[in-house]
Amino acid sequence: MKLITAIIKPFKLDDVKEVLRGLAVQGMTVSEAQGFGRQRGHTEVYRGTEYTVDFVPKVRVEVLVDDSDAQRVADAIVSSARTDKIGDGKVWVTPVENVTRIRTGEMGRDAL
Amino acid sequence: MDSGNTAWVLASTALVLLMTPGLAFFYGGMVRGKNVLAMLMQNFFSMGMVSVLWALIACSLAFGDGGKFIGDLSLVGLKDLAGAKDVMPGFVDDAGASLLTIPPLVFVAFQLMFAIITPALITGAIADRMKFRAWAVFLGAWLLLVYAPVAHWVFSPFGWLFNLGALDFAGGTVVHINAGIAALAVCLVLGKRRGWPGEAMSPHSLPLTLLGTGILWFGWFGFNAGSALAADGIAAQAFLNTNNAAAAAMLGWLLVERLKGGHATTLGAASGAVAGLVAITPCAGFVGGVAPLIIGFLAGAVCFLAIQLKYKFGYDDSLDVVGVHLVGGIIGSLLLGLFADESVNAVVTSDTQGLLVGGDATLLGYQAVAVFATIAWSGIISFILAKVISATIGLRCDEDEEIQGLDTSQHAETAYSFGELGSMGRIG
Repeated sequence: MKLITAIIKPFKLDDVKEVLRGLAVQGMTVSEAQGFGRQRGHTEVYRGTEYTVDFVPKVRVEVLVDDSDAQRVADAIVSSARTDKIGDGKVWVTPVENVTRIRTGEMGRDAL
Repeated sequence: MDSGNTAWVLASTALVLLMTPGLAFFYGGMVRGKNVLAMLMQNFFSMGMVSVLWALIACSLAFGDGGKFIGDLSLVGLKDLAGAKDVMPGFVDDAGASLLTIPPLVFVAFQLMFAIITPALITGAIADRMKFRAWAVFLGAWLLLVYAPVAHWVFSPFGWLFNLGALDFAGGTVVHINAGIAALAVCLVLGKRRGWPGEAMSPHSLPLTLLGTGILWFGWFGFNAGSALAADGIAAQAFLNTNNAAAAAMLGWLLVERLKGGHATTLGAASGAVAGLVAITPCAGFVGGVAPLIIGFLAGAVCFLAIQLKYKFGYDDSLDVVGVHLVGGIIGSLLLGLFADESVNAVVTSDTQGLLVGGDATLLGYQAVAVFATIAWSGIISFILAKVISATIGLRCDEDEEIQGLDTSQHAETAYSFGELGSMGRIG
């Protein structure tokens, strides 16, 4: 099993969600995140004093999938989250040792 | 000069000023959190821009003696209106004595507050996508080209609708229809918000919206009861009508909402109350008995249905200015043609009572003319104005600015700074 983690632009979340639904992904977890890569933040001004805000709002998407689906799902996220502008984010895949569904106690692939 | 009347209109003037911050929070709660400061700013900015223009020239264009269609330059800079010694042009009897029992400057200040809130109403339709610079230019130009002439037609004794016999107690045409149709015109030129109507753009803080509604309701007593320009029985009638129409409209909106959608919502209660306040505005000091309850209830129910029109026709009237202010204003202005009552206000004569009171449709006809004239002038001029701004300095933010949110892209500020992740460094 693999954990796919993606950091994407918040307004692309709907597109990513729809594409993953189309791939029969069973569920996903999203959280609001902040960070920076190559995209710069913005400046804010309060009573004439200027400040830089480095962190840019992003959304983190996490999906647990079977090994055989991992590449397909990662590719789908890449193509649906891409705007070709700086700040589109990253996707990475990490191995997962075990998964348990809390309600039933099912483990491994059955818990996906 | 009557000190009691003067005191009441001074207090009413302050009440009406407070409506604009109230409106700002009513709208501000309904937008997404990244755009709330921009919405508040578009409204607050009107208090600055309109006050200055009003003193310089707009008051003169609205109330100067320039004939039937627009004022003149006789009151530019508010000259000749110092203290209490002068009279408002037109508000005089045959002997030249003032018909107002309040100083002219009190009237000027009271009318200023109406001029501030009217263009502010438009901001609900253009939420989340207009450049601030474009709004500033539109606001000033609209005040001079649309608000001042329409206020002259209806509120100035020289105006053609005033003399025709059309009635508007506190601004059903001048304020609500005027702003409502302008809102439609500008949002058509501006286009839809990115992602509308597919993406959810749910209100970020309904508590702010309800707080704003409370301030609006409170301020509306000044708007309507203050429009009696006296502390008398007509003011009392207008005061009670204002409250009761808002109450009945809240019930009307919630009833239809419950029947159609299954839930009575807080946003529905707030929107219904505002729809009732809009509809009673032209009628406030001209109707009595249960008429305000009927007017309010109808306004609440019909405006709920009217806000669905934007999905049918595909215009992004983001916070329903058209469905509430244009439709509510038309409902109130036309229902006045049914319910105007000479026993409430002597301005209504036995020939011009409402159709359901006196059996005569004369007033209803005048009201229809006033509604149509306001829609035509404001709709056409607002559309042209938006087109001109769009072709010159640009009306709309670029896509990145809209996605980022107007608070940071237009004003370099953030409304809500929670948590410790700011990572802000001071420059210089």
